[in-house]
Amino acid sequence: MRDKLKKRNAAWLFFIAVLLVYIVLAFIDFELFTSSVNFFFNLIIRIIPIFIIILILMIITNYFITPKLIMKYFNAPGIKKWLFVVIAGILSTGPIYMWYPLLADLREKGINYGFTATFLYSRAIKIWLLPVIVFYFSVQYVIVLTVVMIIFSIIQGLTVNRILSS
Amino acid sequence: MIPLKQSAFKTLKSFSKIVPLIFGMILLISLISNLIPKSFYSNIFRDNFLFDAILGSVIGSISTGPPITSYILGGEFLKEGVSLIAVTAFMVAWVTVGIIQFPAESIILGMKFAITRNITSFIFSIVVAIITVLIFSFM
Repeated sequence: MRDKLKKRNAAWLFFIAVLLVYIVLAFIDFELFTSSVNFFFNLIIRIIPIFIIILILMIITNYFITPKLIMKYFNAPGIKKWLFVVIAGILSTGPIYMWYPLLADLREKGINYGFTATFLYSRAIKIWLLPVIVFYFSVQYVIVLTVVMIIFSIIQGLTVNRILSS
Repeated sequence: MIPLKQSAFKTLKSFSKIVPLIFGMILLISLISNLIPKSFYSNIFRDNFLFDAILGSVIGSISTGPPITSYILGGEFLKEGVSLIAVTAFMVAWVTVGIIQFPAESIILGMKFAITRNITSFIFSIVVAIITVLIFSFM
């Protein structure tokens, strides 16, 4: 209970601290203040649909995924479980911080640190953004980078797991 | 399975707790995106394999924004003569390390986890850049 209250207070303190920075900024550099505020509103408008998608995903997850189900799936032997997390990470959308509550929720349901780290790392691979990288670089470069990043998402998961469980 | 209504209520409740964090985060991202000019990046890279990889990772780690921004910036850096290894490290660190998101990550997922994940992501962004460019150069 005290922990939950502490987390909620920390979230509000962080928000108030950033607001204070903006208030100070408005007096020091009004141009930077207005351009930052404009950027903020543009970003908010862009991510509202993502907010909604993530809320729906969280509701579905809470509805269907029980700790028992997760433990059954993630206790499967071999590399299958890692591949599942990598694919889930690649297919996930929206800013990384939007996923923290869902991951914290899944952690309570039995997912270990390594899977969380692998999920967050593999989120860096964006299938729908590949045309942009191909445009600037090349198809070969994109293939190499994607494969190396998939391998390292699993390596990171294993490393984080090892460090935190020792 | 728990009832759908209960599941929706539970989700909204946990989501409402992080709303101030998300708004604070977006405000910070907006400020930093406006604070660091694009020309800043292309002026500081040298032609040193390891130095460029480390510097690319450092800049990518402290920069923030949608991944597409890092790809476009990376592509533009490359056009301006920045090495491929620096650009790769920059893009990988941008999308895997989250200095700006660190407060939210540590509050929601735990301080130890957030520190470990970000440090390993930083190191791996250098390693991924080196391996990618080495393999690519042999193709």
